[in-house]
Amino acid sequence: MADLVMTSLDPNSRAAARGWSDLTIRNLFIIPTIAFLIIFNIFPLLYSLGYSFTDFRASTNAPANWIGLQNYKELLNDDFIWRNFTITAKYVIISVAGQVIVGFGLAMLLNRAIPFKGLITTLLLLPMMLSMAVVGLFWKLLYDPSFGIINYALGLGKFEWLADPDMALFAIAITDIWMWSPFVMLLSLAGLSAVPQHLYEAAEIDRAGPFYTFFRITLPLVLPILMIAIIFRTMEAFKTFDLAFIMASQPTTELISIRLYKMAFLEWQTGKSSAFAYIVLIMVVGITNIYVKYLNKVKER
Amino acid sequence: MKTQVTGLLAGAALSALTVSPLWAQELVIFWAEWDPANFLQELVLDYEDETGIVVTVETTPWSDFQTKAFTEFNARGSAYDMIVGDSQWLGAASEGGHYVDLTDFFAQHNVGEIMAPATVKYYAEYPGNSGKFWAIPAEGDAVGWSYRKDWFEDPAEMSAFNAKYGYDLAPPETWAQLLDIAEFFHRPDEDRYGVAIYTDNSYDAMVMGVENAIFSYGGELGDFESYEVDGILNSAENAQALEDYKRLYGYTPPGWAKSFFVENNQAITENLTAMSMNYFAFFPALLNEATNPNAKSTGFFANPAGPTGAQHAALGGQGISVISYSENQEASMKFLEWFIQPEVQQRWADLGGYTAHAETLSSDAFRNATPYNEAFYQTMFKVKDFWAVPEFAELLTAANQRLYPFIVGDEGTAQETLDLLADDWKKTFEKYGRSQ
Repeated sequence: MADLVMTSLDPNSRAAARGWSDLTIRNLFIIPTIAFLIIFNIFPLLYSLGYSFTDFRASTNAPANWIGLQNYKELLNDDFIWRNFTITAKYVIISVAGQVIVGFGLAMLLNRAIPFKGLITTLLLLPMMLSMAVVGLFWKLLYDPSFGIINYALGLGKFEWLADPDMALFAIAITDIWMWSPFVMLLSLAGLSAVPQHLYEAAEIDRAGPFYTFFRITLPLVLPILMIAIIFRTMEAFKTFDLAFIMASQPTTELISIRLYKMAFLEWQTGKSSAFAYIVLIMVVGITNIYVKYLNKVKER
Repeated sequence: MKTQVTGLLAGAALSALTVSPLWAQELVIFWAEWDPANFLQELVLDYEDETGIVVTVETTPWSDFQTKAFTEFNARGSAYDMIVGDSQWLGAASEGGHYVDLTDFFAQHNVGEIMAPATVKYYAEYPGNSGKFWAIPAEGDAVGWSYRKDWFEDPAEMSAFNAKYGYDLAPPETWAQLLDIAEFFHRPDEDRYGVAIYTDNSYDAMVMGVENAIFSYGGELGDFESYEVDGILNSAENAQALEDYKRLYGYTPPGWAKSFFVENNQAITENLTAMSMNYFAFFPALLNEATNPNAKSTGFFANPAGPTGAQHAALGGQGISVISYSENQEASMKFLEWFIQPEVQQRWADLGGYTAHAETLSSDAFRNATPYNEAFYQTMFKVKDFWAVPEFAELLTAANQRLYPFIVGDEGTAQETLDLLADDWKKTFEKYGRSQ
């Protein structure tokens, strides 16, 4: 298979001048990559799959006992774990939807000739370049009920953004939207600038309204690239840890990755947490597959 | 090239020599990042002067102390020779084989006699009453309270308080008075609040706070020998204690939903509350004018008594253990021999460490050294602690999951909360075959 897709070496290239064959180059580049993947990804993946069927605890010297599907059964019957899943689903929906609306909106605004367009785009990209932990820490200050600037600016008095169990998840999602909308904006902008101008001209000649133009021309043509942004953001939002961990300790903000961390590294239930990680992995793979199927459909259109 | 190789070889030989126990010139003690660790670093300089052995105190923030320590244990790592570990870890670390058994050391040096009884029981022995010891009590600690003397002694406040509650405003002696005073000073419109308590549910902070109420109300977390919890954890007095802890939460400053020692000291330094719960180990910072503008008007009191007159407090503090994977176990034992000497313990106390040494602790010099030492001395004979079983973290998770929504989120009743928690703990103990 690899031989079939391999193109032959350019006779004028440096590699050819050194007398390297295609096979040498393949071995030089592909084999280390595959070895790296096997050692650091595939092997731990399979090893932890084995652990997920045992009662192993890394913190003790006791040998691991095979307990079959017990861990999976316990996890899927645990009300607290289901609550973690519900919270995570809520968080993913709020933050990805928010990022798409804000990011795509910004891209639409920027997709025209305006002065300092490059500078504005660069400045808008700044939040994305910051570290998650730093963003979490300073948004915690911004949300502070006593001296936070958000309550001051919005005139909300002593509104408790992060201490209120119902509001905390939204507060974290808002921070995530602030941080990652630029990412959606960037991809949307690439999609928007690729829409052929003559389509809009044709629409104008046919006297199509702005809504009709948006839903029939802009959105369908940007959708494939927007879907890629949504896939990335969904996967990322699904495994969010740092922002939520730093900003609040409400049970209503305990995302699955936080619960998983506690189970694995505070309680040292290694076997059970491996099973938990597998459940999460299967879910992420499942959701991504649905997206990818949809993406392919969109592309075919 | 040749010189490079020679250099590398020399370097390798040198490092091989330095890690060999025969040439042990350096010991590493691992602890959390806080003032007592700095005091310990200062103390061990004396040891270096006496023996030439360099002792380094390596620290990490509290939030990842447990994770980092157990990651090192689980990897059988020899980066640390000794650790000043939390009392709850005794079960996990001894059953996991991470700590060296110090039972013989205890017998040989009579450690059980020279250290305060509560510290030996909670920082060193596991399982309870087994006569097996795993740590030398190092930093005694418990939860106490600080308060604003200037607010309490203001004549206008005093007469208003007396008119409202019918007794004089003074540091509370009972939890009923604590609740009254918290209510009295809680004035959100003036940006003044009643009390600061622990509410952080990420490790043991909030649980420790609730324990202060439970123990003083005459309750227990369960039977530490039979692992029975039903009827003990969810007793009527515990439900009342939890109910009152939640009432205190109503008198905290806004946003007080993830607070631990840093925030509770800030409550005093930033003029937020009249009273604040905290470990004694954090009180030196409140007496320091550089860190507390209200240092002169900050007072301290021990955890008040409950309705039955019982008076207890939640235990903090740590013992110092030798790690099984250390290559310098013998040198570490020698260090511990030095550490338990009366003169060293006296110096430890002078530097600001909370000695667990009975003789030093009960000396007048120690009790009068600071405004809170007397309260600390009284408290150290009344402390109680959380479970020290290897699965303590699972018990903490269950406690956080059940208690937090009740205290902060106002979900359910105190009795329901404790019934559910008792059920969770029972299942955990059954899972590990501790109870029938």
